[in-house]
Amino acid sequence: MQRPNLSAWLYVTPLMLVLVPFFLLPTLVVLVASFFETDGFGGLLPTFTLANYVDVLTSAQTFLLYVATLKFAILTWLFTLIIGFLVAYFLVFHVKNQLLAIGLFLICTIPFWTSNIIRMISWIPLLGKEGLVNSTLLGIGVIREPLEVLLYSGLAVVIAYVHQLTIFMVVPIFNSLARIDKRVVEAALDAGASRLDVMRYIIIPMSKSGIALGSTFVISIVMGDFFVVKVMSGGGSASVVSAFYENVGVLQYPIAAASAVLLTLVLIAMIALILRVVDIRREITQ
Amino acid sequence: MRAGAGDIELAGLCKSYDGVTNVVDGVNLRIPDGAYCCFLGPSGCGKTTILRMIAGHEEPTAGEIVIGGGNVAGLAPVERRTAMMFQSYALFPHLTVRDNIAFALRVRGQSKAERYKAADVMMEKVRLTELADRLPANLSGGQQQRVALARAAITEPRVLLLDEPLSALDEQLRVQMRQELRRMQRELGITFIHVTHTQLEAIALADIVVVMEKGKIKQSGPARDVYAYPCDRYVAEFLGGQNVLSGKVEKVGDRFVVLSQPNRSGIQVRLGTEARVVVGDRIDLAVRRDDIELVRADAGSPDDGATALPSRVTAIEYQGSFVKVMLDTVPDEDFVAYVPERIFFRDPFNVGDVLLATWSAGRARVLA
Repeated sequence: MQRPNLSAWLYVTPLMLVLVPFFLLPTLVVLVASFFETDGFGGLLPTFTLANYVDVLTSAQTFLLYVATLKFAILTWLFTLIIGFLVAYFLVFHVKNQLLAIGLFLICTIPFWTSNIIRMISWIPLLGKEGLVNSTLLGIGVIREPLEVLLYSGLAVVIAYVHQLTIFMVVPIFNSLARIDKRVVEAALDAGASRLDVMRYIIIPMSKSGIALGSTFVISIVMGDFFVVKVMSGGGSASVVSAFYENVGVLQYPIAAASAVLLTLVLIAMIALILRVVDIRREITQ
Repeated sequence: MRAGAGDIELAGLCKSYDGVTNVVDGVNLRIPDGAYCCFLGPSGCGKTTILRMIAGHEEPTAGEIVIGGGNVAGLAPVERRTAMMFQSYALFPHLTVRDNIAFALRVRGQSKAERYKAADVMMEKVRLTELADRLPANLSGGQQQRVALARAAITEPRVLLLDEPLSALDEQLRVQMRQELRRMQRELGITFIHVTHTQLEAIALADIVVVMEKGKIKQSGPARDVYAYPCDRYVAEFLGGQNVLSGKVEKVGDRFVVLSQPNRSGIQVRLGTEARVVVGDRIDLAVRRDDIELVRADAGSPDDGATALPSRVTAIEYQGSFVKVMLDTVPDEDFVAYVPERIFFRDPFNVGDVLLATWSAGRARVLA
């Protein structure tokens, strides 16, 4: 009995060496800090108080921030899912040449050769008041006044998120679609299924694990972001994280920690919900 | 169009993918309603392409496909009332056995209760009832095949098309499933078209065997005809059970020919009928392996009218009911005698023995 136990521990050791110092310990530190008091100058008083949580949970602002962040998360999730699924579907089922499909797939990753910030900032000359989109629309006479809503707005935030995160949908969905045997699709057609039936009953159910994985990535990234919201909304919108970033800025560590713990719990609940709908582990081992 | 009529006519059927070479090259064939027809040939001979064209998964480049008296060009599989059983089955991996079988009814808009009732009846037929809620990954090869068969049969097609249905199974199961296929065909009373590269499978199952080579039909007919009377060397060798002697005609006599080969001449073969060959022709002669009698060289000359070729035994294989004796009768080519076990062990030969391979006059056939 001793031996298999030891080797099992050895197997998980490398993962533990990463997870314990870089994930588990920081999380514990935040958790502990959320129960402390602050001296107002960045120092922490090791006490046990629930005041931080009471503050966070009773504030109307917290609720509004969650609504705003969830709105961005859901919109981003919806658009990345639609675009990501269509791109992956096109690559897997419509590009007959496999080499070409892999090539196109790599092209999808080209935006990632530049930094996140550059990609985001490059939307500004496009969407700005004198940007390309506005001047084109003015030029062809669709609009008379430049559209203000394009930049520094919720729309701009969603555009930037979708641009950054669609690849996180494409990759897992591509992966699960690629594993579908083409003969299975043919068998469905043979049984009299229409294109819509094939999509509804065969392709979407069989790509569930990819959709769930992509959704997890996209939702957790959007929920945990504050930078895109800050830049693309021009300060007009805030997110959950941007609020406790402000708290950190004014040295209110315990309340920031309590907000972080709350966000973690909300995210865990959301991901649990996704996993409830799709049993990724079972889908992948199947 | 007569309802349920599953007779098929292929007329001048051609298929080309690149516009240059024909994968299927001018195939003409009639398959009567309710027949079990096997397309037999090596991989790449176009047999699967023909099947897919009949199924409606591929459009012919030229020619016509007529099912039950109606031209089916451009029709979807459902409109043709054909159903296909795919190679390695292509079951829906995320659906249970019951849902797999009921799938065709689901896309026809039947209610859950309705389609499950029909699926349960079908599962009864193929003995899958107790596996109804399993996923395909948790089934054995034989069970998967039964699911595939049931899924195809539930739409009550008039033609069932089977693409290498037994190739995913191991040897023992294959023989068992072969019988199951035949039983289902009899029970459903519809036309089965079965594509295979295994001659044993074809002749064991089929009413009509169609032997193909490079997109063309070489020979088609009842299994026994094709096996016993192959039309040419290709068919004889593919079906097996025949020795083929080829050579140049040296001399034509009264009911005999003398052949010569590069390394050997003066092979005198007696024929049952007058041969329609002329001196100088290259011909192939076929003799069934089980028609060959082996006689010891010192046992005296065989009957008048029989062919007797001196040979040396090169190998012996025991096969249970018969013994396979390999001979060097024809240089550089296989020549085999199937000797019934009881006869062989009355006076067994050894490797290296010299003997006469004999057969009576009517047993040799000149091939085209």
